[in-house]
Amino acid sequence: MNRDHRPSYLEIRNLRVVFDRFVAVDGVDLRVDQGDLRFLIGPNGAGKTTTIDAVTALAPAQGSINHNGHELVGRKTHKIVRYGVGRTFQTASVFEDLTVVQNLDIAAGLRRRMRDMVRSRRGVSPRIQEVLEAIGLTDHQETKAGVLSHGQKQWLEIGMLIVQDATVLLLDEPVAGMSQDERDATGDLLAALAERHVVIVVEHDMEFLRKYAQSVTVMAAGKIVAEGTVAEVQASPLVQEIYLGAAGTKSLEEARVDAQLVGLDPDAVTADSAPEGAKN
Amino acid sequence: MEILISQLFAGLSLGSVLLLAAVGLSLTFGQMGVINMAHGEFIMAGAYTAFTVQQILGSAGWSLLASIPVAFLVGGALGLILEIALLRHMYHRPLDTLLVTFGVSLILQQLARDIFGAPSVDVRLPELLSGPVTIMGTPVPAARVFILVLTVLVVAGLSLVMNKSSLGRRTRAVVQSRDLAEASGISSRRTDALTFFVGSGLAGVAGVAITLIGSTSPTLGTTYIVDAFLVVVAGGIGQIRGAVIAAAGLGLLQVFFEFGTTASIAKVIVLVIVVAFLQIRPQGIVATRTRGLA
Amino acid sequence: MSAAAPSTPSTSTTPTPAGTRTLPAVTEGAGVWTTGPRGALLGLGVGAILLLVVAPMTLSGFGLDLLGRYLCMAMVAVGIGLVWGRGGMLAMGQGVYFGLGAYIMAMHMTLADTTLEGESIPTFMRQNGVDRLPELWGIVQHPVVAVAAVVLVPTGVAGLLGWAIFSRRVKGAYFAILSQALAAAFAVLIIGQPVLTNGSNGLSNFHSLFGWDLSDSTNRTILFLVVAAVLLTMLAVTWQLYRSRFGELLVAVRDQEERVRFLGYDPALVKTVAYMIAALFAAIGGALFVPVVGIISPADIGVVPSIAFLIGVAIGGRATWLGPVLGSIAVSFAGTQLASVFPSFWVYFQGLLFILVIGFLPGGLASVTGFLRRRKTSETIEMEVTR
Repeated sequence: MNRDHRPSYLEIRNLRVVFDRFVAVDGVDLRVDQGDLRFLIGPNGAGKTTTIDAVTALAPAQGSINHNGHELVGRKTHKIVRYGVGRTFQTASVFEDLTVVQNLDIAAGLRRRMRDMVRSRRGVSPRIQEVLEAIGLTDHQETKAGVLSHGQKQWLEIGMLIVQDATVLLLDEPVAGMSQDERDATGDLLAALAERHVVIVVEHDMEFLRKYAQSVTVMAAGKIVAEGTVAEVQASPLVQEIYLGAAGTKSLEEARVDAQLVGLDPDAVTADSAPEGAKN
Repeated sequence: MEILISQLFAGLSLGSVLLLAAVGLSLTFGQMGVINMAHGEFIMAGAYTAFTVQQILGSAGWSLLASIPVAFLVGGALGLILEIALLRHMYHRPLDTLLVTFGVSLILQQLARDIFGAPSVDVRLPELLSGPVTIMGTPVPAARVFILVLTVLVVAGLSLVMNKSSLGRRTRAVVQSRDLAEASGISSRRTDALTFFVGSGLAGVAGVAITLIGSTSPTLGTTYIVDAFLVVVAGGIGQIRGAVIAAAGLGLLQVFFEFGTTASIAKVIVLVIVVAFLQIRPQGIVATRTRGLA
Repeated sequence: MSAAAPSTPSTSTTPTPAGTRTLPAVTEGAGVWTTGPRGALLGLGVGAILLLVVAPMTLSGFGLDLLGRYLCMAMVAVGIGLVWGRGGMLAMGQGVYFGLGAYIMAMHMTLADTTLEGESIPTFMRQNGVDRLPELWGIVQHPVVAVAAVVLVPTGVAGLLGWAIFSRRVKGAYFAILSQALAAAFAVLIIGQPVLTNGSNGLSNFHSLFGWDLSDSTNRTILFLVVAAVLLTMLAVTWQLYRSRFGELLVAVRDQEERVRFLGYDPALVKTVAYMIAALFAAIGGALFVPVVGIISPADIGVVPSIAFLIGVAIGGRATWLGPVLGSIAVSFAGTQLASVFPSFWVYFQGLLFILVIGFLPGGLASVTGFLRRRKTSETIEMEVTR
């Protein structure tokens, strides 16, 4: 959330990411506002993760990325984070050797003064207590993060984003490998977070998308091909073509999976029976 | 002009010694990620091998020729024992290999002290190599020319092996992906052992060469190991070509700065240059995998 | 600040029971000697009684000097425990900072003695054909400047070098090798400047420290007490540091440097600060080493002594609080005892220690008890299961 209570936004203009001559992201324009819950989807290699990487300075970005008036292109990762951009990774990365509370405390410590850094932690701050509740880890606060289950680690990462006061949350496949109950819990959490944050979720799970996405951006081959509500995107002929028309160039299996990803009937790709549970 | 040529030669000669000492490391450190501090002691073992062979054969010329392959085997055997007994179990802990092999180097140094005595010994030069030869009107020591030629042969031979032979292909496969290589039927154990044998054997050869330009003592290895590591770091991981350039560069810089100042100040300047160089091209960067950090 | 966290997820999300996993011993921040406040007070109290009361009463002057020497070396070990154990940076060149502190102190003391003797320049310089005091020496003539230099020069060097290396994300083996090259270059530099440093002979034969007669046995006891008090202070500082947020952050950087970056911290800064503290501890150890031992030479600070500092730390448990100090003192003690009787055997033994401890017991002796304790608990669990 913004300090001056104006709604937050993230605006990407004409973003290009080039690795050695390979253009991974090619002229992407994307604006997401607070209150929206944006899903970023597309076939493998479309440039979704690379776009997020560019925002957080993990990939070399050209163009403009603006967050609440701050230009992010050309800044170092930790500076970008200080402007309020937080992200998670496909493989949950938490400090396995530290406890859940210590993990959250480090994440919350960004704007701490020098004097507080040499002091030890006393008790658990109310704010961290709240977040522990929200991510359902209150009973595990003194557990070392390394022994948490996969889903719990993902939540811990989201919790770390919340306490670090991020205003933009970039989540890379947050529900991968989660059970149905865990997915629902995560979805509710994200929906609540979207009211106060700019939230962008890269996700392959279409059931999850249909349930929680407020808007969807579809990427393919480094470009944005469609944007709108779930229904609008599903109806887009261009999206259908990308997911279905590619059947000639990729294996049927892949095309069917991709088709299901955007919520199209996989049977449209081939006469074969629909593949079951192709989620990731 | 004469000064320039003799300086240039001195720099290249120093570079060739560094390269000879480092080329084995660029295999074991560069390709396998093992930081072998005992590499210096393998060089020392090579030097003592040259000394021992000369004691047995007597003739300086023949013993030099004979000691090159023998020292290769001695160094290689030491490396093989080290790999099988210790390093094999530590590939996932590269920093710790550094300290373990330091322990090995302490032991080898003391062994040399107990066998050959602490005072240094000298290996006689063959007649042919003891005088100067004239290159472009400038007299240069023949022994250093010999080392230069030997280095070129060793490096050319090694590149040939790495690029053309099955050992080279297997090594590269194992470096890129241990699991994938295993899955395609390459025994990473045997490849590691063989790579380590060759890398350590080259240290032995370097030791023979070093007897031609100085005396041999149990602490010979410590003189070379740090510089050899610097060559590998500055040259870039697993790049024989990089090691060649880095060795020549460091040798020339050292000699160049020595000319204006003293050897010790030159050494410090060269280190500062390496640190500055790493500012521009930090080889230590492990490319961040963006989909996950773990 | 965002005021409230979002609503609690539905109750169906009760997290699954945590899977059990044994962490490797090295990465464990805690060992037997990492303790809560009471344990730390107890450890410091016992240490204080032993060092400040028992040792001066029972040991001879020679024994006290020897112990004082061990304590100075242990100060380097405390710093190594911080950067290596907690920070994961294998600092193989701590001899440089030890040497900087030692040489600054030795220069000051030599100069003070020279002035007392009514000479204008130290004898070794005269022997080297110098008749004017080099400017570098003139600076440390004043005791306050000398003490300030002991603190500022090493931390400054460590700060510059650390920042240059860490901000370019040079790490792991590369950092280790660079720090080792630094030690090599420093020793070469000292040996190569005989006019300034008396070369490989080093500086020795000190008679006084800040006007106190060093041959007086009471003064020597006081010196020992100062050394012991400084070491105890360092231990108290590291104990607080380890349990502070900085300590937690350092462990976080060690285990997942990139992740820390995404929390908005600059890992290079965290690492540089830790490296500077370690350099400071080493420098203070070096500065106290000189009056206690009476000589400093390049043989004490080069590549090999720099690495030798590491073994005590490894044996005691690199990531523990007291382990590095205890390990370092034990190794120093064993070194003097064995080396005087069987010099070559000691070297073999030292080599074997490196191989066995690092190769097979990376958590140090501290992990042995931890290991036993873990085994015990797993046995109990097994018993419960079979029941």
